[in-house]
Amino acid sequence: MIYDVSPTAIVVFLLFVGFTLGLSFWLGRKAKSSEGYFAAHGQIPWFVNGVAFAGDYLSAASFLGICGMIAFYGYDGFLYSVGFLAGWIVALFVVAEPMKKLGKYTFADALDAKFNSKGIKLAAGISTLAVSIFYLIPQMVGAGVLIQPLLGFPHWVGVLMVGAVVITIVVTAGMVSTTYVQFLKGGLLVVFSAILTILILNRGLETKSNFKELGPVAWDALETAFADKEIEILPNDGIWKDKLDSDQRDYVVSRNPNDPPGKITVWKQVKDANNLVRLLECQLLETRAGKRYINGLPEGTGEGQAQLEPVGSLSKLPDDKTETGPLGAFGFIKTIQNSEVKLWRDDKKFPSLKNGDKATVYYPKLVPGSQVLRPGEHPKFAGIRRDGIFDKLNFLSLMLALFCGTASLPHILIRYYTVKDAASARKSTIVGIASIGFFYVLTLFLGLGAMTSGAMDVSSSNMAAPLLAKSISPLLFAIISAIAFTTVLGTVSGLILASSGAVTHDLAVSFLGLELDDQAQVRLAKIASVVVGVIAIALGILFKGLNVGYLVGWAFSVAASANLPALVMLLFWKKTTKQGIIAAVIVGMVSSLAWILLSQDTFKSVYGIADAQGVVPFSQPGIVTIPLGFLTLVVVSLMTGKSKS
Amino acid sequence: MHFNMKLGLTLFAIYLLFYCGFVFINTFSPQTMEQTPIEGVNVAILYGFALIVSAFALALIYGVFCRPEEEVNSTSDPVATTKGDV
Repeated sequence: MIYDVSPTAIVVFLLFVGFTLGLSFWLGRKAKSSEGYFAAHGQIPWFVNGVAFAGDYLSAASFLGICGMIAFYGYDGFLYSVGFLAGWIVALFVVAEPMKKLGKYTFADALDAKFNSKGIKLAAGISTLAVSIFYLIPQMVGAGVLIQPLLGFPHWVGVLMVGAVVITIVVTAGMVSTTYVQFLKGGLLVVFSAILTILILNRGLETKSNFKELGPVAWDALETAFADKEIEILPNDGIWKDKLDSDQRDYVVSRNPNDPPGKITVWKQVKDANNLVRLLECQLLETRAGKRYINGLPEGTGEGQAQLEPVGSLSKLPDDKTETGPLGAFGFIKTIQNSEVKLWRDDKKFPSLKNGDKATVYYPKLVPGSQVLRPGEHPKFAGIRRDGIFDKLNFLSLMLALFCGTASLPHILIRYYTVKDAASARKSTIVGIASIGFFYVLTLFLGLGAMTSGAMDVSSSNMAAPLLAKSISPLLFAIISAIAFTTVLGTVSGLILASSGAVTHDLAVSFLGLELDDQAQVRLAKIASVVVGVIAIALGILFKGLNVGYLVGWAFSVAASANLPALVMLLFWKKTTKQGIIAAVIVGMVSSLAWILLSQDTFKSVYGIADAQGVVPFSQPGIVTIPLGFLTLVVVSLMTGKSKS
Repeated sequence: MHFNMKLGLTLFAIYLLFYCGFVFINTFSPQTMEQTPIEGVNVAILYGFALIVSAFALALIYGVFCRPEEEVNSTSDPVATTKGDV
């Protein structure tokens, strides 16, 4: 059984959230002015700010998404780790100091420092909102995903809880409490990931699986070969007739006379070089009239019921060993490189036992470790192994967006205003890079550890990291889940704060010209936080089925396309005009959003059109829309150069 | 151009080349990434780790060599000094 609600988990979890909220209230007493609310008076020590960078940046996508992707597909998830970290180089070397010198509260401040233009404030304010909300969706979905197994609540309750807690944090104290929540969570995340990694290496690797493997036998002998093991291969008739009736078929269905009635076992058929057949045990999930059935039995823990069993194992170790004992960091990787891994894939085209309902078969796939550790195994990255130019462009585009995106994320940029000067901004970025880089190195071990932990949920890659912890100890599971939850809290608080800053400062005060005193600004910001929070809750519930890591790459694309050209050109090109900046922000934002909405990935996973082609040739917009932003800025600036006041 | 900015851009260019190497090998020669030159660990992982470690190394170099004097005359944030109410 994969999940069970444990009292320890709930106690640890409530302690975490309670402590976080208490801290927030306590710190909140100090922040009354808008300076304090948006920028923590510029008084956060650089080291705290640096770790808070990590807390802000290492979102649910990093922790849950990357670990899950590595656990299910191998190396490819690590490409995100590398790209996410590389982006900090842009932030540190190009953006950090000028941002600090030019701005005061928001990203728009810095863009507008030379021009004092309402248009720039409006465009930058809207792009901040767009990026933040885009980024909020996966965080909220992640929260729901976590709460479900941890506390046993449905998805929407989890989303609602995160929303409520975050709104409380942001409204009580703004940037001060947000910073300390992020500091706490960033520190805990890195420390506990390190502990988890040490435990994984100490545990070593072993071959152990709850799933049976039969054969090899000749195809003709299949029907009778396993009779002594009380496995009766079912004939190919009824609803399987067309699907399963030749020796080319993928699956074989069997039953054991001793099993409860209705129970069946699905086997994946694998042929070896000698044309002998091996059968690998699968798991079948059906939805009949709204109820879930596992291997033909209703889902549940009672008599005559069944559940999806946890997966994740090595099928072969080098030198035919069955376990390795403790391993070093490189030894761990080397051993996997020379092993064979049982990865799990799903096939949604399996014919259901009852007509017209959905069935998914989860089947094992034996993959050599050398393939698990190479790039290009995940369907999204498989393009690099094909010759098509668009496939390769798609990959380049993603890596470009990751590189350029970090330095364009509004909730990261505002953290430059919470320290006192440019030197502190620089130092805190270095601390940020150290903690984030260390964490990303660990993601590879966490992911591979999860892959071989025997505790994975075949139906949800997002839960890989917490379930890995569970395979070691239930207490660790509770702690890691609570940290993952505070991870969501920290990032969501930062995003909501960035959005409310944009609404208050850029849109209301600067663009609409409302004359608000300090108190009124803070009040408006708090109202804006509540509104953005409610929107985030709604979107989190709406996009329930989406993979947590999915939207983040796109949020990076939109941020990089809309914000980076304006930011960089403002710093390095003297002929930049305000019209150029406005045009670049708008063109970058609209073109990247439009590209995403028209892409094949969106058609498939958001609109649910399985065989759609998409209007644009590949899914990741960055490689087109980032240069487009630069081009727009240059062209418009040259056209309007003389009218500059 | 200020010293800090020049230093930052130089280090940025170095890292950019290193990162481009990683991305282009992945894109156009993925089989290179499968080679295992050191300790049975493949290029993909070694290069990835190297990118992370070198980001930190370059950041440290930047931190050590940046000149502090520029900040004195360029802190142009008058509001922060008048409004702070801690």
